[in-house]
Amino acid sequence: MFAEIADRMPQLLSGTWITLQLTVYSAAVGIVLALVFGLMGTSAHAWVRRVARVYVEIFRGLAVLILMFWFLYSLPLLGLRLEPMFAGVLALSLNIGAYGAEVVRGAILAVPKPQYEATIALNFTTAQRLRRVIIPQAWAAMLPPLTNLLIQLLKGTSLVSLITIVDLSKVADNWRGNTGNSALAYGVSLVFYFVIAQILVLIMRWLERRANRRLGRATPSRRAERATLPAAGGGA
Amino acid sequence: MGGISWDWNYTLQILPDLIRALLEVTVVVTILSFVVALVLGLVLAIVMRTPNVVVQQVLRWVMEFIRSTPPLVQLFFVYYVMPHLGLTLGTITAGVVTLGIHYSTYCAEVYRAGIEDVPRGQWEACRALSLSTRRTWLGVILPQAIPKVIPAQGNNLISLLKDVPLLAAIATPELLQTAFEAGNKTLSYLEPLTMAGVLFLAVSIPASILIRRLERRFGH
Amino acid sequence: MDTDTNGAGGTIIHFDKVVKRFGDNVVLRELDLSVRPGEHVTLIGPSGSGKTTILRLLMTLERVNGGVIWVDGEPLSHMRRGDRLVTADERHLREARKKIGMVFQQFNLFPNMNALRNVIEAPVTVLGKPRDEAERRGRELLDMVGLADKVDAHPTQLSGGQQQRVAIARALAMEPKVLLLDEVTSALDPELVAGVLGVLREIARTTDITLLCVTHEMGFARDVSHRVMMFDQGQIVEQGEPEKIFTEPDHDRTKAFLKAVLEER
Repeated sequence: MFAEIADRMPQLLSGTWITLQLTVYSAAVGIVLALVFGLMGTSAHAWVRRVARVYVEIFRGLAVLILMFWFLYSLPLLGLRLEPMFAGVLALSLNIGAYGAEVVRGAILAVPKPQYEATIALNFTTAQRLRRVIIPQAWAAMLPPLTNLLIQLLKGTSLVSLITIVDLSKVADNWRGNTGNSALAYGVSLVFYFVIAQILVLIMRWLERRANRRLGRATPSRRAERATLPAAGGGA
Repeated sequence: MGGISWDWNYTLQILPDLIRALLEVTVVVTILSFVVALVLGLVLAIVMRTPNVVVQQVLRWVMEFIRSTPPLVQLFFVYYVMPHLGLTLGTITAGVVTLGIHYSTYCAEVYRAGIEDVPRGQWEACRALSLSTRRTWLGVILPQAIPKVIPAQGNNLISLLKDVPLLAAIATPELLQTAFEAGNKTLSYLEPLTMAGVLFLAVSIPASILIRRLERRFGH
Repeated sequence: MDTDTNGAGGTIIHFDKVVKRFGDNVVLRELDLSVRPGEHVTLIGPSGSGKTTILRLLMTLERVNGGVIWVDGEPLSHMRRGDRLVTADERHLREARKKIGMVFQQFNLFPNMNALRNVIEAPVTVLGKPRDEAERRGRELLDMVGLADKVDAHPTQLSGGQQQRVAIARALAMEPKVLLLDEVTSALDPELVAGVLGVLREIARTTDITLLCVTHEMGFARDVSHRVMMFDQGQIVEQGEPEKIFTEPDHDRTKAFLKAVLEER
């Protein structure tokens, strides 16, 4: 058994690399989308909020796989041909960005009103207030739900195996195709995903501790956060 | 660059198949899987309260493993490994089993929060009245814990719905698979996939709005 | 609304028939109020009488429902359009706010910054002051409020009284002409109150800043104020020099209120 795993190691590692790249790129684009649409959701102007709402509803409501297929197969018929990697990252980012926007919006609205009033008294503009006072405070509250979304994103990257990208899932699939040893192939890849997930969680927890330290408070207990989290979706 | 051409005739042709796939397969799989998830999740949540640390930790890590790894790979595992164990599963069964188990971990988490929300005094009162474990759970704790978590479980239901398309990977005749096959026949993917998206939104968005209204009613 | 009545006549604050409603509750009914530059005014009265609302209106945290507020000869709640006054927009409010600063009951220090940064953030970001100049002035102010050794401290490492003193330094760093103090010692443990009041007494004594103060600290009001205004149900019941108000008030409402407050102590 171990010999077989060792044989497969090069592919497993290259598949893992693709998976990590997809995760990081989609997370990067996703956080930008989340910040943009999340902030728009807190705007004083109703039409700005409405645009953000439409984005969130549509890209949260769509299954990621449908979006991916549409980008890869339908878009060419409209004249735009996308590389599979690009289609994959685009679909994942748009989806995770929509979930992220809700997290950002919620965290910003949760910053206590007196903080806003203090910035009014000191004559901050909206942009200054958000950048200097509100978002730094909201950031610490955002990190636990964003950690869940990051894991959701990791799971979502497995869908690219269905649009011809050789990520970790596709490697496992090929492995099964070649040797018929499905339990080992899929089992090992699940373990790889699990390890990646735990590492990502550790990184996020470190960021959380740092953010809370900057606010001068101890990290709240894990239990308290888990109780209030709605479950994140699987790969969609 | 080609112009944007949309064939309405074609669209109307495939629409009945798409809707049938949506209702007969996608929605059905969602509901069946969710029932499995709800029941299994409740069992897990209750067993997790065991004072036996070993069982609790093992279970916790198993649930964590299932929850943080891709359901797609879990689906392949179930679909391809089961025949080796003598059980050949149809695509729909494999889907229901996989998604049911995967989402039972999320449902268990929600149940856990609901159970922990039940005031300590309730447990103590049950002990004072010498109620059996069974009566305590069935008569007192669960009736208080479960209604509170209905909105959160509703969110899990919607997440589950959004994962059903990955069953296309094993050619389950659900919405996405049907749309893709239609596209394969004519190489016009635009209409079927777009309609698949639209139909999907037509189910998921109202469901989300409903859950949000439930959340508000339950005073979240 | 014409612009004939303006805050001239040497007032720095002038409320002209100001009305403020919260839903069905009318808190201020056509209130007329004037404050001269450099004057120290204390507002006393039962809760709900509108005292805090007056401060919040001046700080533009609330909008008026009627009447006009003038600050230093210019309208605050409104802006000039030709020879008319219309409701002020955000740009006008930002300009008008420059003259006013506020210290809150709950301090409201920014938890993502230490004491010095709390004080210099607004001068640097809003006024565009160079950082080293702002830091120099910030340290001066923190020294003036007795916290020279706490410049690097985080708000969570400071007592309530110390946090409030940082808040005072923060407000002063913007060099306002008017400083609004909203029950600034009410949230403090009794032994910390004296420290904050001491700082305020110093400011009252050594600067010519106009002070508008809502407080229950009668001793402080007596020592520092030029004028005390007794409020009830959105109206000024009585006003005058502290000695007069505290020892021989004319109105029954004032007498009853002072009696109740003094009995608490």
